[in-house]
Amino acid sequence: MSQEILATYPHAPNRFDEMVDVRGEARPHWAPLVQRLDAMPAEVLERRAHIVRESIEADGVTYNIYQDPAGRGRHWQLEPLPLVIDAGEWGPLAEAVAQRAQLMNLILADLYGAQSLIAEGLIPPALVYGQHAYRWPCQGITPPGGIFLHHYATDLARAPDGGWWVLGDRSQGPSGTGYVLQNRLIMSRTFPDSFRDMQVRPLASFFRTLQDGLARFAPTDGETPLTVLLTPGPYNETYFEHTFLSRYLGFPLVEGQDLTVRDDTVYLKTLRGLRRVHAIYRRLDDDFCDPLELRSDSALGVPGLLRAARAGRVLIANALGAGLLETGALLGFLPAIAQRLLGEPLKLPSVASWWCGEEPALEYVIQHFDELVIKPAFPSMRMEAIFGHQHKGESRRKLIQRIEAQPHAYVAQEWVRLSQAPVLSPRHVKRVLPRSFGMRLFAAATPDGYAVMPGGLTRVSPREGDEVVSMQRGGLSKDTWVRAEGPVVKHSLLKTQLGVMDLVCAGTDIPSRVGENLFWMGRYSERSEVIARLLRAAMLRAASSGLEAAEALPAMVYACRSLGVLPIPDEDADTPELDLETSLLAAVSDLTQAGSLAANLQRLSGAASQVRERLSSDNWHALNRLHQLLHKPSADFEDAMDTLDEAMQEVIALSGFAMDDMTRDEGWGFLIIGRRIERLANQSLILQGVLGAERRRRDRSLEWLLETGNSIVTYRARYRRSPELLPVVHLLTFDATNPHSVAFQLENLRRYLHRNTRMLGQPRPVQLDVIADHLHAFDLTRFEASECDVACDELAKLLFDVEGAAYGVSDELHRQYFSHTAKAERMGGWQ
Amino acid sequence: MSLVRYHLRHDTRYEYDQPVGESHQLLRLIPRDMAWQRTLSQRIEISPEPTRQAGFVDAFGNRVRTIDFETDHNALKIRAEAWVELTPREQPPEAILPWQDTARALDYVAGKHYDADLLDASRFLFESRHVRVKREFAAYAADCFGPNDSLLSGTTRLMARVFEEFTFDPEATTVSTPVTEVFETKRGVCQDYAHFMISCLRSIGLPARYMSGYLLTRPPPGKPRLIGADATHAWLAVYCPCAGWIEFDPTNNVQPTLEHIVLGWGRDFADVSPLRGVLIGGGSHDPEIEVTVVPEADFHEVYRDVEDAPAPLLPGID
Repeated sequence: MSQEILATYPHAPNRFDEMVDVRGEARPHWAPLVQRLDAMPAEVLERRAHIVRESIEADGVTYNIYQDPAGRGRHWQLEPLPLVIDAGEWGPLAEAVAQRAQLMNLILADLYGAQSLIAEGLIPPALVYGQHAYRWPCQGITPPGGIFLHHYATDLARAPDGGWWVLGDRSQGPSGTGYVLQNRLIMSRTFPDSFRDMQVRPLASFFRTLQDGLARFAPTDGETPLTVLLTPGPYNETYFEHTFLSRYLGFPLVEGQDLTVRDDTVYLKTLRGLRRVHAIYRRLDDDFCDPLELRSDSALGVPGLLRAARAGRVLIANALGAGLLETGALLGFLPAIAQRLLGEPLKLPSVASWWCGEEPALEYVIQHFDELVIKPAFPSMRMEAIFGHQHKGESRRKLIQRIEAQPHAYVAQEWVRLSQAPVLSPRHVKRVLPRSFGMRLFAAATPDGYAVMPGGLTRVSPREGDEVVSMQRGGLSKDTWVRAEGPVVKHSLLKTQLGVMDLVCAGTDIPSRVGENLFWMGRYSERSEVIARLLRAAMLRAASSGLEAAEALPAMVYACRSLGVLPIPDEDADTPELDLETSLLAAVSDLTQAGSLAANLQRLSGAASQVRERLSSDNWHALNRLHQLLHKPSADFEDAMDTLDEAMQEVIALSGFAMDDMTRDEGWGFLIIGRRIERLANQSLILQGVLGAERRRRDRSLEWLLETGNSIVTYRARYRRSPELLPVVHLLTFDATNPHSVAFQLENLRRYLHRNTRMLGQPRPVQLDVIADHLHAFDLTRFEASECDVACDELAKLLFDVEGAAYGVSDELHRQYFSHTAKAERMGGWQ
Repeated sequence: MSLVRYHLRHDTRYEYDQPVGESHQLLRLIPRDMAWQRTLSQRIEISPEPTRQAGFVDAFGNRVRTIDFETDHNALKIRAEAWVELTPREQPPEAILPWQDTARALDYVAGKHYDADLLDASRFLFESRHVRVKREFAAYAADCFGPNDSLLSGTTRLMARVFEEFTFDPEATTVSTPVTEVFETKRGVCQDYAHFMISCLRSIGLPARYMSGYLLTRPPPGKPRLIGADATHAWLAVYCPCAGWIEFDPTNNVQPTLEHIVLGWGRDFADVSPLRGVLIGGGSHDPEIEVTVVPEADFHEVYRDVEDAPAPLLPGID
C-alpha cells in the first residue's frame, strides 16, 4: 500500500491531529478513507473535488457575507475531505452535548422564572440584568412543555490533549443544520464508495426528531399542527438555509408580515383566509419578533406575538429571550450550576474562562494576558475576539484600561491551540494539508430529553496558522462523518423521485403578502405608465411655441395635479410657485415628491423585490433597468423625455411579461386586477377633469387625451380628421374594444375578479355590476345635441362614481385578502 | 396624618392619514398601588370600540391594558380617569448608611445570597435602552458623593446640581435623544433629566429606577385651574438597603411627597411608556395629549359647565 497522502502531510507537533497520531500514522477510524485516497488516481480526486464545487453552484448554495463586495449570494465553501469521528468517541460526546442542552434549558427556565440562580449567587446579576439579550417582557412566560430550547448548538474545539472543549453556545436560533444537510447530499453522491465503506451515520432521523418535537409540544387544540419557518428575509446571511430547511422540513417559509395575531392566536395570512399557526420555528432574532413589546422599530416581526406566547397559544422555537445564553461569560459558572440544577458534574468542559466582573478574575486576566483571548461578555457588543499575545506595550495598556472601565462587559478565555484536520491542497495534486478546525454540534428537544445530530458543521480556517474559524471570515466547511458501529440503514426526508401525487399546478396556499405585492406591482406599473405618458404630452406642449399647445397646458396641469403628479400649490405659502419647466422635471425624477414618476418606480421595485421568486429573469432585468432610471437626473426636457420613453418601454415590457410569461394562479390574478383598477381609476379621473372644463379648454384637450390614452393611432385610422368631442369620448370611455377605455377596464376587471374569487372559493363580487349598467345605459346621442355641456357634466359625474368604485374594490380586496380586517360599520361616535 | 385625593384625566387622541385596519396598543395608564398611594376608582374609555381588550401585569409589576382593532378607523381616542388617594411618603432618616455601602451591598461575589429586595434592586443597576453606564457620568456624580456622605445627602446634592446646570427645554430633545447628548447640551425635559440622573447613579453602582406619573401643577396666582393644563411627568427613585426606594425629582429639585402621583416604574421610559402601539396600514402623527390633575376640593369648580365632565366616576366606586 502506498503511503503518498501521509508521507507528504506536515504534522504540527504541539497540536492534536484528527487524521494521524503522534507517530504520523493514520488513526484507525480514518484508515479506510486514507486508503481510498491513496488508491484514487490523482485525476479522479481532482475531478471529484471539481464536482463538489460545481454542485454548490448548481444547487445555488449561498451564504451572504455582510460588507463583502460579492455580498448577497456568495457561494458556500465546501471542502471535499470529510471530518471523521470514531463511533467509540461519538457516544460519550453526544451524551455530553445532550446534557448541556438540558442544562441550558433549565437555566432559561430559571432566569425567565424564579431567578433562584441569581438569588443564590450562582450567576452574577450583571450577566442577566445587564444583558441586552435578557428580554424583560418575556419574564414569567412558560413555553409549552416547559421547553425553551428546541434547537440548540454548541461550538467545540479539540484541545492538544485530545479532549473536547466548548467555545460557545448557540441558543437563539442556531444556524448550520441546512448547510450540514446540503454538504451531506453533495458528499454522499460525490464519494459514494468511501461513504459506504466508512459506515457513516445518516442525518435524516435528527430532522424527523426536530419536526416531531415541535408537533408534539405545540398547543394544537386537536388540530393538525401547522409549523412555519420565520425568516428575516433574503438579506439575512443564511437565507439559503432558511429556504432549504423550509422545503426539507415542510414548514412554509414566512416573514413577519405574513403572520398576524388575533385573540392571542397566531395566523398565517393567505389569499384563502387566515390559517392558525401552532408552532414557529424562528430564524429571526428575538428582539425583532414583536414590535409591540420588543424593539419597536422592527418591521420584521409580528405585533402581538409575545402575547400569544404569554397565553400559551403558540410554540416558538426557540422561546423568545433564549438568546441570553450566547454570552461567553456564562461558561465559567456552568459547573456549579450543573451541580445545582442537575445534581451531576458537567460532562463537557468549557474552555477555561474568566469573567472580568469578578475582581480576582480581572486580576488573573491582567497577569496572564499573553495566554488569553479577550471576548465581549455580551454578543450585542459586536466586538471581534482579541488575542492577548498580539498586543504589547501601549496597545495592551489601552486595552486593559478599557476592560478596567467596564470589567463586567469582558470575558477572557484560554487561548486554545485548535486541533488540525486535513484539507486538500489547492495548489498541489493529491497533497493534503492540516488546518485548524472547529465543530458545531446540534441538539433537538424530544419528550425524552435531547437528541443530538450524528454529524455536524465542521469549519476549517482557510489559511495555515489561522486561529479564527468562521464562515463570516471566509472559512471553509466540511461534512462531518460520524461512524456507526455497524452497517447503516439509509433513509431521507427527501423523496428520491417525485410521483404523480407530488405534482404541483399552482400554489395552494399563496401568502397574502405575495398577492398584495403582485397587486401593487400591477398598480404601480400602470400608474407609472400613465404618468410617463401625461408628462411626455405636457413637455411636448410646454416646449412648443404654438398657441394651441399653450392653450392645452392648463388642463394638463390640472390633470397632473389631480393625479398627484404635480403638487397642488399652497395658496398660503410664502415661497413662489415653481415655474412649469422645473415642476415637470421634478415630477419625472424627484424621489422626494410622492407622486413623481421616480417615486412610483421606486415603489414598483419595492413591491417586485418581495415577489422576486415569481418573476422570470427577463422580467427582473426590466425592473432593474427601471430602477436605474431612478438615479438619472434630468437637466432639461430632452433628458427627461428620454427617461420617459425608456420608462414607458420597460413598463410596457412588464405588462407583456405579465400576459405571456407568468403562471396564471390567484397571485397573477391580483397583478392583473391591480393593473385594471389603476387604469380604470386614472382614466376616469383624467376624463372627468376635461369633461368638467369650459368648452374651449375641453376642445383643446382632446388631442392630449388621445395621446395619454394611447389611442391617437386608432382615432386617426378610424376618423381621419382632427379630434372631436363625441368620437374621442366614445373611444376613451365606451368602446370596450379599446384596451385604454373605461369600458374595457371595467369589463376586464369584472372578469378577473370573478375568475379570482372563484379560484379562492369566494362568492362572486357584485360591487361593479351597477356602475357597469349605468355606463352601458348612457345615451351617447346626447352629445350630438346642443345640450352637450349637460351631457359632459353627467358623464363626469358618472366617471366620478366609477373612480370611487375602483378604489372601493381596491380597499375591499385589501381587507378581504391581504390584511384580513373588517370595514368600519360606524366611525367612533364619542368625542 | 394628611391625606389628599386627586382626580386624574389623561386624554390621548390620534388622527390617521389613512384608515387603519389593524392596530395593537399597550396602555400603562392605571396608577400603581403602593403603601402611600391608593387607586379608589379607575376607568379607561376608548373610541372606537376595540375589537378586543385584555390586561396583564408586566415584569416590573405595572398593570397593562391591551387593546386591539381589526376594523378600519381614522382616529383613536383614549381617556383614562382615576381617583387616587395619597398619604405622605415615609421620609428616610438623614443618618442612613454611607452611599458606598449601598454600592457594595450590590457587588457580586460568588455564592452571595440575594434577598427579594436586593434582587429587585439589582434589576435597576445596569444599562438599559435610554440609560448608559459610563465613566463620564460617574465623574459627574463623583463631585456630589464625598467618601463619607450618606446616600440621601449625596443624591440630594446630585439632584440639585442637575437642576442648577440643566435647562428645561422641550425643543431640545425627542424621545429618542441619547442621554449622552443630553449630557452635552444640558437641555431637555423631565424624561431627559430623569434618564441623565439615573445614568449618573448607576454609573457609580447605585440602583436607580425610572418613575412615570403625574405632577400636580399650580395655576398662576389669581387664575383658575384649567382642564388640560398638566402633563405626564417623570422622576426617579434610588435604592437604599435600609430605607428602600427614595424618590427624587431633578426637574423640580424636590423629593416627592404629596404632589407626585405614580403610574408605574421600570428601568427607563421604554419600560413604562404610557402608550405604545403598532399600526398596520395608515400613517400616524404624534398624538394630542391632555392631562388634568385636580385636587378633590377643586373638582366641581374645574368640571362645572363642562359637557363631558367625568361625573359618573366617583371616589371609592370602581
